[in-house]
Amino acid sequence: MSAGAVGRAHPRLEGREKVTGTARYAVEYPLDDVTYAWAVPAAAVRGRITRIDPDPALAVPGVLTVLHHGNAPRLAAGVEAELHLLQDPVVHYRGQLVALVVAESIEAAREGARHVLIEYDTEPHSTVLTADHPGLYRPEKVNPGYPTDTTEGNFDAAFEAAEVRVDVTYRTPAYHNNPMEPHATTAQWRDGQLLLHDSNQGSTAVQAALAELFEIPRESVRVISEHVGGGFGSKGYPKAAVVLAALAARQVGRPVRLALTRQQLFGPIGYRTPTIQRVRLGSDADGRIAAICHDAISQTSTLTEFAEQTAVYTRSMYAAPHRRTTHRLVRLDVPTPFWMRAPGECPGAYALESAMDELAAACGIDPIELRIRNEPTVDPDQGHPFSSRNLVACLTEGARRFGWADRDLRPGTRRDGRWLIGTGVAGSSYPARARASAATATAFPDGGYLVRINATDIGTGARTALWLVAADALGVPPERVDIRIGDSDLPPAGVAGGSMGTASWSWAVVRACQELRDRLGHHSGTLPPEGTTVAASTADEVRAQQPMARYAYGAQFAEVRVDVDTGEVRVNRMLGVFAAGRVVNPTTARSQLIGGMTMGISMALHEEGLLDERYGDWVNHDLATYHITGCADVEQIEAYWVDEEDPDLNPAGVKGLGEIGIVGTAAAIANAVRHATGVRVRDLPIRLDKLIGTSSFT
Amino acid sequence: MREFRYRRPADVDEAVALLGEDPEAAYLAGGTNLVDLMKLGVQRPDLLVDVTRLPLDAVEPLPDGGLRVGATVRNSDLAAHPVVRRDYPVLARALLAAASGQVRNMATTAGNLLQRTRCYYFQDTGKACNKREPGSGCAARHGQNRDLAILDWSEQCVATHPSDLAVALAALDAVVEVAEPDGTRDVPFVKLHRSPGEHPERETTLRRGALITAVRLPPLPAARRSTYLKVRDRASFAFAVGSVAAVLDLDGDVVRDVRLAYGAVAHRPWRAYQAEAALRGRQFTPELAGQAADAELAVARPLTHNGFKVPLIRAVTVRALTELAESRA
Repeated sequence: MSAGAVGRAHPRLEGREKVTGTARYAVEYPLDDVTYAWAVPAAAVRGRITRIDPDPALAVPGVLTVLHHGNAPRLAAGVEAELHLLQDPVVHYRGQLVALVVAESIEAAREGARHVLIEYDTEPHSTVLTADHPGLYRPEKVNPGYPTDTTEGNFDAAFEAAEVRVDVTYRTPAYHNNPMEPHATTAQWRDGQLLLHDSNQGSTAVQAALAELFEIPRESVRVISEHVGGGFGSKGYPKAAVVLAALAARQVGRPVRLALTRQQLFGPIGYRTPTIQRVRLGSDADGRIAAICHDAISQTSTLTEFAEQTAVYTRSMYAAPHRRTTHRLVRLDVPTPFWMRAPGECPGAYALESAMDELAAACGIDPIELRIRNEPTVDPDQGHPFSSRNLVACLTEGARRFGWADRDLRPGTRRDGRWLIGTGVAGSSYPARARASAATATAFPDGGYLVRINATDIGTGARTALWLVAADALGVPPERVDIRIGDSDLPPAGVAGGSMGTASWSWAVVRACQELRDRLGHHSGTLPPEGTTVAASTADEVRAQQPMARYAYGAQFAEVRVDVDTGEVRVNRMLGVFAAGRVVNPTTARSQLIGGMTMGISMALHEEGLLDERYGDWVNHDLATYHITGCADVEQIEAYWVDEEDPDLNPAGVKGLGEIGIVGTAAAIANAVRHATGVRVRDLPIRLDKLIGTSSFT
Repeated sequence: MREFRYRRPADVDEAVALLGEDPEAAYLAGGTNLVDLMKLGVQRPDLLVDVTRLPLDAVEPLPDGGLRVGATVRNSDLAAHPVVRRDYPVLARALLAAASGQVRNMATTAGNLLQRTRCYYFQDTGKACNKREPGSGCAARHGQNRDLAILDWSEQCVATHPSDLAVALAALDAVVEVAEPDGTRDVPFVKLHRSPGEHPERETTLRRGALITAVRLPPLPAARRSTYLKVRDRASFAFAVGSVAAVLDLDGDVVRDVRLAYGAVAHRPWRAYQAEAALRGRQFTPELAGQAADAELAVARPLTHNGFKVPLIRAVTVRALTELAESRA
């Protein structure tokens, strides 16, 4: 690759369209004869529908039909239980979408939904995760395919023999993905072909799932996802909305628009499971860890198994000869948890990076020094070498920028008027992986180029990043390159998830562009009017990657203030330094990193799904009552990265930035709160009522 | 949502008449709460009577030194009004502590006072709520009630009134001017909202169809030293976990007059008369302020998840009064 566009800050290609409101999202395409659907959530937690009476809904002016398990078009079984919608009368959780009203207007559809009468036979339910739940079991593997448990050496004996022991349990609540754009679809059937405008993180997967469900060839399904208003993992796999819209469109023979409500995002689309995590660390008096154990408990549904890989983070992060990790799961009568920004790493790092802080305090040493003392030379999990590991560089560079030197270790000793002040740090890591993708590159006679790949830009800046990568790979200024993404008619590519988007897609783009250059190098004369196109796939190359420990690293620093009377916690400043390979576009990279850290502040201080066991669902299911961190909560936030050239990744040399920002942030905040107050809150979020009434407070 | 009709009356009389003719009609002002509730099916009016164009948007100084605030004055405009900022800082602060800039630009004075509780169960038609559906039960009583009442609740309802503005008005002894089918009347602000009792669906003492036309602030020179402290779970755009409106008038170190009201503790904005009585005529100290709060909160009955509100309100009372005492120079 020639030096050029990559590494220089560039605004998003579609930025103007987005901020002026002209960029079209899934249910915003002008369409003749369109109808509107409204989903009806189950009012029972566990049981069966015994009767559905659609008549009162059908009597609402404008209502065209009511779909339910008794009349909906049949779907192929065995694809994914979550998507087998309106096919049987079984209710697995409260809020399950059990009927759909289609009408001439969105208001009529909503009013109709209110009038669908549904009767249930209910059974007793269980919706609360506890550490001693009788249903706890050991899953076969954890997301996305890791071993459930690992053990190395003799943890019990080493822990018993350790001079300093930390044995603590942390809890995290249910966290709910709340992208600005809800799960939304416009579906149209034309001559047996299904056209979907859909909000997702990867339309190749949507195309495949819908083709299977409706038992039609993949080529008969086209999914357009030009712009996507966020997903945070919840759109990483097709969910209810797209299936319901396709069912409805088939039933009414007209285009159907369906957007879930904000309330409906609290459940049916997935969420971050609550966790209960016991972490044990045993070290010598100098903080050299001999024994690490991380036991994680989380929940899944009765529909399908999702096992959050909560303790996987601990397998590779810090050195210790004796180590053990376990995962246990309970099937509850709840919606299936799913991916939410850094599934596994994020809750797991909250626990481990908090426990490291507790160990540092127990040993009386600086928490950065503790981490440096326990830096592994090879991956403690598999024994593989690291392709690059710059955690220490992140910690030391962060310490310098943050002003960590000469920090007083004692908690609860700094005051600024009514505020107690404290600082905290945490390490972070996130796997740097790639998926197979395909791309084409075309050269035109006028000197222009077109690069095509079904990547998805969920707001990250992926379109712009790939455009810059393509320009450099072609050796031309970016202005001569057009990039097309977000359409399943384009060469197939993996989802925007797992921080794998840019790594996976740029790989295919670079290969296609390189091959095109080779082809043009051997070409003489003018190009044909339709241009010259080459296609590339990275399937073989990705499969042939040498086993190595490939991770991005980071260190987050936080300064908080805690009101001595009210327990209110505010974040004075947040700073992160990251080692994530090459940075393609500093503008959007910074956005990803500060966005991740902001979401981590939200996790630490604000977000919590409040479950009411009697009803079996979360009662604070809107953005007025489910608080997320707002602008006023982010007073000063900075993201930096260290230069990192890692030849063992992918042609663009990128590790991915989508998730590393959030990973350690909640722990950094929790550690800072403890430093400020002397109070260690081990169940998130750290709300004021968990601080007032403790000994440090009046 | 339910289909509704929309009318824009020419004057107050027509507005009141329209409501009088239709038991399912509702006034529409800023719409920042009602429209949400209509979408959720919590409120289902068949007629919206839009009062925002009525000539009720003036802020007028009164001959007695008080201030008359029209019912449709927007929260943003009221907070920015120079007389409010100078003479009633507690009011400006309460307004600015509420909601977001966008919401304050829409929300009106009267609409703010008549907004509905944000209790989770009230806002969800799938759950039991006596306020929304009399006789259905109170799911909050033994449910997720961290944000709800510690004072004056009943077995039928443990909701809190969400307004910040209302807490300030309770402290200021405001008067509400009301138009009804048979004429106008004044309602002392502290008599506007009801305790939940057996009928939490009746939130105010207003008669059906009554329209608030203005809120009158009596002259209160002491209010120039007043404040509003709001505790919340995030820095902005959050309802109070607890709040205190305070006016303190000292003669030397002795409390000549004091006004205290609490928010987010009861079904109505809570005027803390017991605390005021414990302070008046005595030498001010932070300890006395704490004792005064204790006197008020002696009757508090916390729910499952909100016992922390008692020490919280106590601490904020002490801080508010102490800050005022220290600022008098």
